[in-house]
Amino acid sequence: MLVFVIYKIILVLVVFAISLGVAAYSTYAERKVAAFMQDRVGPDRAGPFGLLQPLADGLKMFMKEEIIPTVSNKFLFILGPSLAMLTALMAGVIIPWGGNITMGNTSFPLQITDINIGILYVFGVVSFGVYGIMIGGWASNNKYSLLGALRASSQMISYEIAMGLAIVALVMTTGTLSLGEIVAQQSGTWFNFVYQPLGCLIFIICAFAETNRAPFDLPECETELVGGYHTEYSSMKLGFYLFAEYINMFISSAIIVSLYFGGYNLPFQNLITQYIDGNVLSILQFLCFFTKVLMGIFFFMWVRWTIPRFRYDQLMNLGWKILIPLAIFNILATGVMMYALGKV
Amino acid sequence: MQLTNRKKVVVKKEMSLAEKLYLPAITNGMVITLKHFFKKSATVKYPEVKRELSGTYRGQHVLKRDEQGAERCTACGLCAVACPAEAITMEAGERKKGEENLYREEKYAVIYEINMLRCIFCGLCEEACPKEAIFLTDRIVPTDLKRDEFIYGKDKLVEDIKQPVDVTKRQTQNVLDFKKDKTKGHNQTWADKQKLLSDKKHH
Amino acid sequence: MPLSQYLFFFLSFVAVLSALLVILDKNPVHSVLYLIITFFSIAGHFLLLNANFLFIVQIIVYTGAIMVLFLYVIMMLNLNKEIEPHKKNIPKVAAAISAGIFLMSLIALLKGADVNLLPAARNSNIGLLENLGNVLFKEYMLPFEISSLLFLGAMVGAVFLSKKEIN
Repeated sequence: MLVFVIYKIILVLVVFAISLGVAAYSTYAERKVAAFMQDRVGPDRAGPFGLLQPLADGLKMFMKEEIIPTVSNKFLFILGPSLAMLTALMAGVIIPWGGNITMGNTSFPLQITDINIGILYVFGVVSFGVYGIMIGGWASNNKYSLLGALRASSQMISYEIAMGLAIVALVMTTGTLSLGEIVAQQSGTWFNFVYQPLGCLIFIICAFAETNRAPFDLPECETELVGGYHTEYSSMKLGFYLFAEYINMFISSAIIVSLYFGGYNLPFQNLITQYIDGNVLSILQFLCFFTKVLMGIFFFMWVRWTIPRFRYDQLMNLGWKILIPLAIFNILATGVMMYALGKV
Repeated sequence: MQLTNRKKVVVKKEMSLAEKLYLPAITNGMVITLKHFFKKSATVKYPEVKRELSGTYRGQHVLKRDEQGAERCTACGLCAVACPAEAITMEAGERKKGEENLYREEKYAVIYEINMLRCIFCGLCEEACPKEAIFLTDRIVPTDLKRDEFIYGKDKLVEDIKQPVDVTKRQTQNVLDFKKDKTKGHNQTWADKQKLLSDKKHH
Repeated sequence: MPLSQYLFFFLSFVAVLSALLVILDKNPVHSVLYLIITFFSIAGHFLLLNANFLFIVQIIVYTGAIMVLFLYVIMMLNLNKEIEPHKKNIPKVAAAISAGIFLMSLIALLKGADVNLLPAARNSNIGLLENLGNVLFKEYMLPFEISSLLFLGAMVGAVFLSKKEIN
């Protein structure tokens, strides 16, 4: 029991550190990707290839003067970015990072907790995530912040529905809500995006909207709203908001990978399992999962630096008039196919 | 009247299904950005690497000296007149005895100032100068924190005797011929202009 | 006392306190935030009863969707003390009476309830997703479908209300 608790604590800390590290280097990667796509070099002054840039940025954030507007509600003003960060980190708990690692007679799963309602847990955290933005935007006592907060909330509520409906079809085919089991089912066979191409597409689009990434970054649309919900923020509180966005990106691409792209499973895994040791396989799986997630993050950035921002009415049209009907159609089609193939 | 055949009539035509889906267009765009991802970057590391400037690059001005090291400027004011931004001011003075090695002509500029904040680096002063005294160079005007510092006097404009600024690149034969052509308005002195006018009258 | 009982008392305390603050706080945005805390502690009670599906649905539906809409509307209307119109007393009296009746019926319900049922309910897995689904889609199939019709009606009504009349 004690070993178990210590192991879990270590795992939590490791996941926490990995999330933060990946988020920090995502900021660097984002600038580099943007630069390469625009035929530039990007940050290259701090350290070799600018690799120390995230440290410099973090230090800068800490050293900046902290400004809290006098008219705003101070407690809520601080609560906003804290909530954003909290909810961003919370979703990492249920992600399966690899198979089991066996030491002696006990095996340790590389997943903090595999609750049987894993996907719903993600939804709970995501739906709660909007409060960080809303509270911060409202407590800033600034019209632009408020508009950003309102945009964020209506956008997230709208796209959550399509996201949920896209997942329903996946749950129908897999028959489980637990992320660990969904990933385990995909080992050695086709990954889920082959069975659910439309659902996968809808889920990815909604993930972009939920993380407030371009082309859906209207809550922080700088051309219209100065800085959106974080206009009044400075110093590390601003850093928390920006950081939360990158952690969200990391977590959501991890979830996309787990649900649709096989999670930690290697491609053609069943061909090699008999030749290698279980622990080695687990480590390989972890590396494979990480590569997939990094590719997901690259995809997020790639889209950001290609597609221009939506107009707000276009955003709502896409969410309500296109994605939701498509997702419902996807559920129907999945049901019909399952009945036709005799899976029910 | 149609001057060119570049005219294009814009029609708002019905979008096809592929266009309505947007996804093909998005993929196209993503392919383009991915191609750029692997292209060589178009930028240079500026302070370490500098781009080659053209020989006729129009940067900070220089007031030239002649072969004996005397200032060529005679404070005629043509550059100031030619300047569209009115950045040049000067004050003329008479050369005293014993200053022949300092100033080439009997009249010279006591004060010669260019306001670099007003200057648009068009090079008209260079074209207007009848004495080959003012030239633009490929030096870049450095930044400063105060506006006063951008009014360059003779201390900054006149070239150092020991380190003359090379302007041979911009004095091509074309340029020299152009400067001699008195039918061009900006090369004319008042007398030239009168002569041309009277010629026209006779015709 | 087992740990779950401490948790129960703590959650109840938070729930009741924040519910009181919902009514007592003058600022409507603060009220909504307290209401969110209340919902969270109620969700915690579900978890204590081993009903993790209800727990997560409580969070998704109530705190994640409905309260966001509440907060949205209140922020949008920018309600505050300065522009609040002076209210008449009749609605207050009516609200007090109806709340009192509701409280009395609740107390009456609790009085009639069989307390011995409670521990058995906590130990069973009735709140788990699978059991809940089986009950919902087998025993209570018809009421479930009828309630979905109710939602459809509400949706049509909302569309109808928001449609502007075309002359």
